[in-house]
Amino acid sequence: MSRLPRAGELGLIGCHVCQLVCRDSDVPDAACPRCGSPLHRRKSASYSRTWALLIAAFFFYIPANVLPIMRTVSVGDVDDNTILSGVIELWVKGSPDLAIIVFTASIVVPVLKFFALGLLLISSQRGSAWAQRQRGKLYRLVEFIGYWSMLDVFVVALLTALVQFGFFSQVEPLPGVVFFGLTVIITMFASMTFDPRLIWDGRDFDD
Amino acid sequence: MPAQGAQPEIAPPTLWICEHCDTVYRRRVLACGEVARCARCDAILARHHGMGVRGMLALVVTAMIVFVQANVWPIVTLGLNGQNISTTLWGCITMMWREHSQVVAVIAACTLFFFPIGKMLLLGWVLLYARKGARAPGFRLVMVTLYRIGPWTMSEVFVLGSLVAIVKAHMYFDVIPNAGVFAYGVLMLLITAFASIDVRHLWDITRERRT
Repeated sequence: MSRLPRAGELGLIGCHVCQLVCRDSDVPDAACPRCGSPLHRRKSASYSRTWALLIAAFFFYIPANVLPIMRTVSVGDVDDNTILSGVIELWVKGSPDLAIIVFTASIVVPVLKFFALGLLLISSQRGSAWAQRQRGKLYRLVEFIGYWSMLDVFVVALLTALVQFGFFSQVEPLPGVVFFGLTVIITMFASMTFDPRLIWDGRDFDD
Repeated sequence: MPAQGAQPEIAPPTLWICEHCDTVYRRRVLACGEVARCARCDAILARHHGMGVRGMLALVVTAMIVFVQANVWPIVTLGLNGQNISTTLWGCITMMWREHSQVVAVIAACTLFFFPIGKMLLLGWVLLYARKGARAPGFRLVMVTLYRIGPWTMSEVFVLGSLVAIVKAHMYFDVIPNAGVFAYGVLMLLITAFASIDVRHLWDITRERRT
């Protein structure tokens, strides 16, 4: 395994945008000759930016879960739903399969993202050689599933637009849905700013 | 070239560098259906491109037609006491804007309308020229933009969202799924077909035109 050469050892640098392989010349602000994007060995300030975004996302995630996301009015009866109570409602009213999908997208995926990115950040910063291959896979999983959390936001948008029967029935979005949408966007940015190459860099590498 | 900063030397185009761990490999030609994976981190290095440029262009044009249908036709109709209400994607967006959730309206407009349509138009534009191995005017900017907006299109999430919304609404109302939701379903399949194609190989198969 350790005989596989890495770009840094060979004096090469790959463009992060167009994947062109260039020779690493120590100029400070080099640009890719093919696509014009800035060339760097690692995403710049990856640790601090990812930490900042992850913490910001966490602060948005609390109101996203505590505040109701949707108000249902039917014949004068007002009912506010949070993300979790929406899942429970689906389960109780006879769609346990969909309840599982919504639960996965809105609760499991965001929580998994917080834990996974936190784990990747801490282990990479410590230069840990533990389960590198699995950590690489974990990162790709986080990137792949991240945007599915937007599911509940779109459900609220559709129901709001559809259920407009005046006094009899109405659905309104509540602030929770805004916080939730922002949480998803910020965690997506967080996983994009994390550089998976850092998993393999070891202790001696400084970002 | 209008690039900022110094221009490093291009290494001979015989190498792959793994995007996920920076391991360097010698390139080789892939057989049909073959996928090259990184031996260190198991990420995908490259795939065989079974579909040619013309095939991709056809796929983009199809996706555009389906996208127009998905946006023009209503998605679902709700009925209560003989009253019917139906909506389209833009109906959702304007309603969220009016109901004081402008942030959500902007997120939905970008991820479900502007980015997907932008992606299809830009990809169609470069593919149109790539048929003859040429780079379209503005190729560089278009390719960088495609890379940037790549992760921000969420049409497939919207499809699942409309299914959940239909089931939720069905608890209280008569629900009639309209053509729009089926068009979205087809769009979802087309997007999945696209997902396996790395458009960055267009950099390798096209050449700069001498002016």
